[in-house]
Amino acid sequence: MIVRNVDIAVLGAGPAGMAAALAAARGGADTVLIERENHLGGILKQCVHDGFGLLRFGEMLSGPEYAGRFVHMVREAGLAVLTSTFVAEARRDGDESVLMLVDRGGVTELHAKAVVLATGCRERSARQVMIQGTRPAGVMTAGAAQYYVNVLGYLPTTRCVILGSGDIGLIMARRLTLEGAEVLGVFEAKPTPSGLSRNIAQCLDDFGIQLHLSRTVTRIFGDDRVEAVETAAVDEKMRPVAGTEERLSCDGVILSVGLIPENEVAEALGVPMDSVTRGPLMDQNGQTQVPGIFVCGNASHVNDLVDYVTESGERAGAAAAALVAGHRTRRLLPLIADSTVLLYAVPQFVDMDAPESGAVVYFRSREELGVTVVQVTAGEETVTCHRYQHLRPPEMERLEIDLSRIPSDVTSLNIGTESVAVAEVKS
Amino acid sequence: MRKLTCIVCPNGCSIHVNQDVDPWNIVGNLCPRGIDFARKELTNPTRTVCSTVRTSFATVRRLPVRTRGEVPLASVRSVMSEISRLVVDREARTGDTLIENVAGTGVAVVATADLADLIEWEDCDGRPICSGD
Repeated sequence: MIVRNVDIAVLGAGPAGMAAALAAARGGADTVLIERENHLGGILKQCVHDGFGLLRFGEMLSGPEYAGRFVHMVREAGLAVLTSTFVAEARRDGDESVLMLVDRGGVTELHAKAVVLATGCRERSARQVMIQGTRPAGVMTAGAAQYYVNVLGYLPTTRCVILGSGDIGLIMARRLTLEGAEVLGVFEAKPTPSGLSRNIAQCLDDFGIQLHLSRTVTRIFGDDRVEAVETAAVDEKMRPVAGTEERLSCDGVILSVGLIPENEVAEALGVPMDSVTRGPLMDQNGQTQVPGIFVCGNASHVNDLVDYVTESGERAGAAAAALVAGHRTRRLLPLIADSTVLLYAVPQFVDMDAPESGAVVYFRSREELGVTVVQVTAGEETVTCHRYQHLRPPEMERLEIDLSRIPSDVTSLNIGTESVAVAEVKS
Repeated sequence: MRKLTCIVCPNGCSIHVNQDVDPWNIVGNLCPRGIDFARKELTNPTRTVCSTVRTSFATVRRLPVRTRGEVPLASVRSVMSEISRLVVDREARTGDTLIENVAGTGVAVVATADLADLIEWEDCDGRPICSGD
């Protein structure tokens, strides 16, 4: 078995991992980028639609174009890249992390001073949304349908329903329609859509595809292959309403019912997790509660824009390089989100000893809100506040805070809405 | 009064357009691009079409493509049917023109990935794959 030592191992070569590896190498660290697939780019390879990179590059790029730009940067930087390589086991050894890497050549024991987890997220599956009925072929996640169509060039359904109104489901409603399949409708159990409003406009409205809110798939019929589904209206407690059932003939059910950060390696390394975001507890540079282990991109919490994924990767990579170079002190203040108005806010901690004086906070509202002022406070002090025209749970918002504005004697920070402003708007 | 959702950026502004006055009264947009979008959407709506095309390379089943600019919404179907007939037989690179003037729109269809990057040179056991057979 080969034993190899590096400063920083980055796991996953999607947009987060590529950005992290580039930043770590720029910071002077001996870095290796590890990817289980044959090619770099992660899920962007199959996201052939456009809309990526408006913040980053000021252009509307398709997924492969956005990924391609970073693949070129990785090549130009001469980064060490291991593709078709799996992490079979991960453990801590003192301050180091030890990763057992498996590739065609065999097993390598990699000792890393720091690890950046850029392992992305997974789609919630049919089992996780508890649909009754048999288990015929034709039930698949939107991402699987996307892989069939865009990578394999295979149309997996000719007539389907889409369950859930997540962005990938909306994108696939359009994609399947353009390729000649019939999309009978998008069914969302919640009263509001999960995806971005522009995707409802350009993926559904453009093609006359109906979005049915407060309605879900209650049964799937078919033995070998999906033959039909039963849909029904649901009440406010998500219970199907008797008498509203409707049977639709179809050969496919596409699921777009949410994404969950992928953190098997983080858990193996003993990283404490946040039960709301399903990602590790972390500071503004993605460093987890375990010193030297960083997380970025969709592994830390599910983002809706790749531009923010790249941004978080760059911060994690740079901070990992700083740690390897000797910057090890931390002073963590918890950032507490007001859970009555916010679904979540990340990071969960702010490191006051971080080398950079700026920190970025991302948050989602719990419900749709009109004009709202969101503020970060430290005791009596307002660190920052920003006014939003509207807040919607599908749309993640971004706030910057200046650490120098945080009084040195506070023990925690809070993020919430400013009650006075809300009252003014209501009146 | 027409209600539109702007698709220019992820903000997805709800734009209201009053066409009964001249010039039109357009509200709800957070930036000037929303005004341009609303005017165009109500006169000549256009879209970028993204898709994939077949290739003659054995291990590359599809190459992602898109229209270089926007095409009229009404011509999206004919753009798609021309794209679906194309087979790429060279190692096209990102931005290379594959169709000069798709469906008479005057807009080109370009590759959005480097085909060479999609080629699988080895199978899962490390044996070389011969392309084109």
